Amino acid sequence: MPEVTPGETGDGVQIDLISGARMEGLTSMEKIRLILDGVRDGNIVVLEEGLSPDEESKLIEVTMTEISPDEFNGIEIETYPHSQTGSQSLLDRLMGKGSDKKLTVIGPANQIETLHKDENLISALVSRK
Amino acid sequence: MGLFTDLRDSISRAVDRMFSDAEPKRIGIYGPPNAGKTTLANRIARDWTGDAVGPESHIPHETRRARRKENVEIERDGKTVSIDIVDTPGVTTKVDYKEFLDHDMEKEDAVRRSREATEGVAEAMHWLREDVDGVIYVLDSTEDPFTQVNTMLIGIIESQDLPVLIFANKTDLDDSNVQRIANAFPQHETVPLSALEGNNMDEVYSKIAEYFG
Repeated sequence: MPEVTPGETGDGVQIDLISGARMEGLTSMEKIRLILDGVRDGNIVVLEEGLSPDEESKLIEVTMTEISPDEFNGIEIETYPHSQTGSQSLLDRLMGKGSDKKLTVIGPANQIETLHKDENLISALVSRK
Repeated sequence: MGLFTDLRDSISRAVDRMFSDAEPKRIGIYGPPNAGKTTLANRIARDWTGDAVGPESHIPHETRRARRKENVEIERDGKTVSIDIVDTPGVTTKVDYKEFLDHDMEKEDAVRRSREATEGVAEAMHWLREDVDGVIYVLDSTEDPFTQVNTMLIGIIESQDLPVLIFANKTDLDDSNVQRIANAFPQHETVPLSALEGNNMDEVYSKIAEYFG
């Protein structure tokens, strides 16, 4: 299969599947920048292990500062719902058990629409710009 | 490193809370746009202080700045609980000014409103990370609670170890489904109410006193 360089996707939609290992060495802001730069280019970003709650909070905050009329409306983000998060003890969370690691899909708000979501399945419609 | 920082922050927050009894707790009213947060804030403020907090509207993002009502004293079972209510802008991950055009708004006003809305959401997130001691999470009980914003925000609140009460608002409407909300967040207590009609406010105040007193 011939390789297409970024920015040469033509009519297609670029999907970036980012592994947990790739994100592991990055700071919170580097992760957010990596995501938003991709999304602002019209890409769909799929994170193997998602973000921590604190990083999600910062992602919302930074996204808001970048919204610009007729240019960027924000993001659509989907992860599986937390299952019984409240049942985790503080110790479990400190030990990383039942952690925040969850597949996360992020895309431009005007290009991705969630069709269905439950604890085990996310179904999304992705359109071209 | 992150683990120890988190642990230190967690202990610091807990200690701060233990020794801050003299100060009223700041309770943030959070939730998605149009859940009835300001209607609730106004209901609580009017019931106990006689003043309102801010204007209410059916147009999304009417509240675009966090507003604090200080020293709201709620009397319950012979005890007085003093809290600061912080009414926050509805949280979302997207704002499109074109949505406001549907509400008979000129483009210039819609763009300004959307810009202010984005600033308001960022401000609300900042308050949540830094400046609230507890959260009332308000949901419109006629809407599906299984949204990403709700999932993320509840996760963020839980990660901060903040006490949280979920209020299933708009029970006066025919489509209201409180059980759907209770099922979505079984780890938290759900209290039904109509902030607009003032229904079930006795339980609301009892729960506020119990959780945040």
